[in-house]
Amino acid sequence: MPLWGLAAWSPYKKMEIFLEHIVLIAVLTLTGLAILFGAILGAASVKFKVEGDPLVEQIDTLLPQTQCGQCGYPGCKPYATAIADGKADINRCPPGGHATIQSLADLLGVEVKPLDAEHGVEAEVKTVAYIREDECIGCTKCIQACPVDAILGAAKLMHTVVVSECTGCDLCVEPCPVDCIDMLPVEQPLSEWSWNLPPSTREVLGNMKAGDLIGSDRSDSSSGKGDRAA
Amino acid sequence: MRKVWDFHGGVHPPENKSQSLQSPLREAPLPTYVVLPLSMHVGAPAIACVAVGDKVKRGQLIAEPSGAFSAGIHASISGEVSAIEDRQISHPSGNPGPAIIIQSDGADESVTIEPIANYMQAEPDLLVKRVRQAGIAGLGGAGFPTHIKLNPLSKVDTLIINGAECEPYITADHALFKTFPEKVIQGIELLAHILGNPKQILIGIEDNKPDAIDALKQAAAGTNIEVVTVPTKYPSGGEKQLIQLLTGLEVPSGKLPANLGIMVQNPGTAVAVLEAVAEGKALTSRITTFVGQNLKESVNLEVRIGTTLTEVLTHLGLDLEHAHKVVLGGPMMGFAMPDPNTPILKISNCVLVPSKLELPDPEPAQPCIRCGSCAEVCPAQLLPQQLFWFAQAEDHENLQNHNLFDCIECGACSFVCPSNIPLVQYYRASKGAIREADRERIASDRARRRFEVRNLRVEREAQEREAKRAARMQAAKEKQAHSASQSAEKSPSSDEDLVAAAMARVKAQASADSGSASSEQSVQNKTQALQERIENLKSKISACEQNKEQNRLASELANAEAQLERFQKQNSETAESAAVAKAEIQPNADPDSASAAIERAKAKARAQADMPEAEKLQQTLDSLEKRIEKASERVKQARTESSDTLVALENGLQKLLEKKAEAQARLSELKEESKEQENP
Repeated sequence: MPLWGLAAWSPYKKMEIFLEHIVLIAVLTLTGLAILFGAILGAASVKFKVEGDPLVEQIDTLLPQTQCGQCGYPGCKPYATAIADGKADINRCPPGGHATIQSLADLLGVEVKPLDAEHGVEAEVKTVAYIREDECIGCTKCIQACPVDAILGAAKLMHTVVVSECTGCDLCVEPCPVDCIDMLPVEQPLSEWSWNLPPSTREVLGNMKAGDLIGSDRSDSSSGKGDRAA
Repeated sequence: MRKVWDFHGGVHPPENKSQSLQSPLREAPLPTYVVLPLSMHVGAPAIACVAVGDKVKRGQLIAEPSGAFSAGIHASISGEVSAIEDRQISHPSGNPGPAIIIQSDGADESVTIEPIANYMQAEPDLLVKRVRQAGIAGLGGAGFPTHIKLNPLSKVDTLIINGAECEPYITADHALFKTFPEKVIQGIELLAHILGNPKQILIGIEDNKPDAIDALKQAAAGTNIEVVTVPTKYPSGGEKQLIQLLTGLEVPSGKLPANLGIMVQNPGTAVAVLEAVAEGKALTSRITTFVGQNLKESVNLEVRIGTTLTEVLTHLGLDLEHAHKVVLGGPMMGFAMPDPNTPILKISNCVLVPSKLELPDPEPAQPCIRCGSCAEVCPAQLLPQQLFWFAQAEDHENLQNHNLFDCIECGACSFVCPSNIPLVQYYRASKGAIREADRERIASDRARRRFEVRNLRVEREAQEREAKRAARMQAAKEKQAHSASQSAEKSPSSDEDLVAAAMARVKAQASADSGSASSEQSVQNKTQALQERIENLKSKISACEQNKEQNRLASELANAEAQLERFQKQNSETAESAAVAKAEIQPNADPDSASAAIERAKAKARAQADMPEAEKLQQTLDSLEKRIEKASERVKQARTESSDTLVALENGLQKLLEKKAEAQARLSELKEESKEQENP
């Protein structure tokens, strides 16, 4: 038994002690590691604390910020919160329309749904409020209604809309006692004009009538951005 | 011999350059009218500074630049401003835009700015100012205001003149080189002077223009300008491609040539700058190629800016009725104008009027077969077919990840596509959509900020209101508690509520004068205190007649006397105002002071408190009857006078009658109760 003879030699003696208490040592080691990592995680959760719900922020960024309340919530942030809490569906935002539903579906990993008609329909063109200034009586009702402070004026003085800040939510139209607010379509400056996507092949083929042999013979009336979504 | 590098891809479309070079460069006939759009350049549109009916001469400023990043517009003919309105302005959208219209008077009188003599010794700042005055914007195609480009933020080491002119059909620069090589060289020298004499000055020119190369080389002999021949390949005239050809450097994605110390200028711009400086001429004409099988004559013309295509094309023998299409620009990058009644702009280098055979309508697009030809020819080394898929899916994120914005829209990919897919149109549309999404995002961020700030403000205002309300309520409670404790002290009766109610009534009645009464009292108190103080001081003065403090005390005395005077004055004023207030508030009430009324009420309350309920009720009934009598009298009076207050008075009478009935019912109840108690 040469090995056991060596046991008297101190390293082997230590090994023996180690082998005797192997379970205890394992438990102590794991406990120590648990405490250590727990402390690190605890410190990290304090140090890198995230204020608010990041999901709400992300959803809020995708919403059009018209603050119109058509979704049934008093503004885009409350709607974002409701979506994040699973209380509201993603298809309740008419100003955002299909594009917003698409991006919300991408973010949340849910199915794209058609816009809920109960909350309104997607507007064809962007509009802004316009106050017929000679009819304004200066009641300040529209100023109180505007969610983005885009109406300028004071009591018994004429009001006017800051067009660049107006989101076109039309919340100011209803409170006006003399009905002097119109929603006018925004004119696009030429510098912001851009080309339309060409009609897709399927669409071109779909529009071809019997006898159409070459593309130049097709009627061009159907090419446009709006049709393509269909 | 300089080493010429190569760039990735490129195509070799039929050149079609010879047609327009058969006849020499000449001036177009004077137009009968010109349409000068306010936005012919990159940047803010100019602002019209003439009115309808104004007589103008060629070279006169008719629209001022709005801000630094803009260019002015000058009349290109002499005549009368006939309108300032929206017109067709040669925009790819075909949409109208604001323009100044000048009817020619046929005289073609012109005005010039004072020429700068010895311009090669002049200060660059002065020359740049002149360039701005002359309204020069890049004549190459983008229309970037030249005065901004000539004022670079960083030092320019290499000035490149882009004479490649790679797009088929276009020969405007070629004609300029052939006709005015000396002017081109002088213009380049002037540009170099303005830019602080860059180390290298290069003219890049494709080898398909041997006559132009010869002419330029001859004119450039003895200068430090180097004419570099590059192989013919589309799009060697792209800014980034030409830089790569001549220097081997690639402009990084999202950066400008200026970041590499390189500036590229169009030769036409160089000549325009020279003419503005040396001859004082504003930019009112340019060389444009008119070419195509539908024209009787293809030629380069020096044409006035703002001339409508209709006029020039009719002059060149085009039958507008049977024109197949009119393309502004070349066949690769140009766009067809639906209406040829549209003006020549500062950037219009070519008008192509092809026959149906020459430039047939595109065949219908077939599905992408992923052949990869487009990727092979893309000079920007993009993946056109990949971008095409993303564009179809409107996947903006991936489009940007695949560097859509590095696309120069040269059309090489569409040119080679075997499926005839209009790829560039997809990229243009996607770029526009992404830019619009960015604008919308910025707008929505701003809306969100405004919404949040507004909510904070509304919340803060609500809190402030709430705090004020709470403070008022607290004050009212304290007052009530105070008065209740006072009345409790004075009346040991158990019926404290009644006393408090009576007190409140009396106080409410006398609230106005009680306020002034208390201030009256305080003023009186102060007056008394001051008088005492004066007495005190006087005695002190007499006591220490010899003392050094005398002066100080005397001044103090004077002070106190002045104060007294002020208070007395105030006192009289308050008394007056109190009297007025009393008169206003209680015109018919008894003139007794408020405190007397309070005292009376208190006494009444004390008396009442001691009374049994039945007696109290009896008393209330009596007083009610008196009040009813009075009220009915008043109603009668109001009726005879048909006063406005009749309704209110009648209402009041009604209420009093109700109260009386109530009190009577209660009294009878009490009587029954007492009877029951007596006879159990």
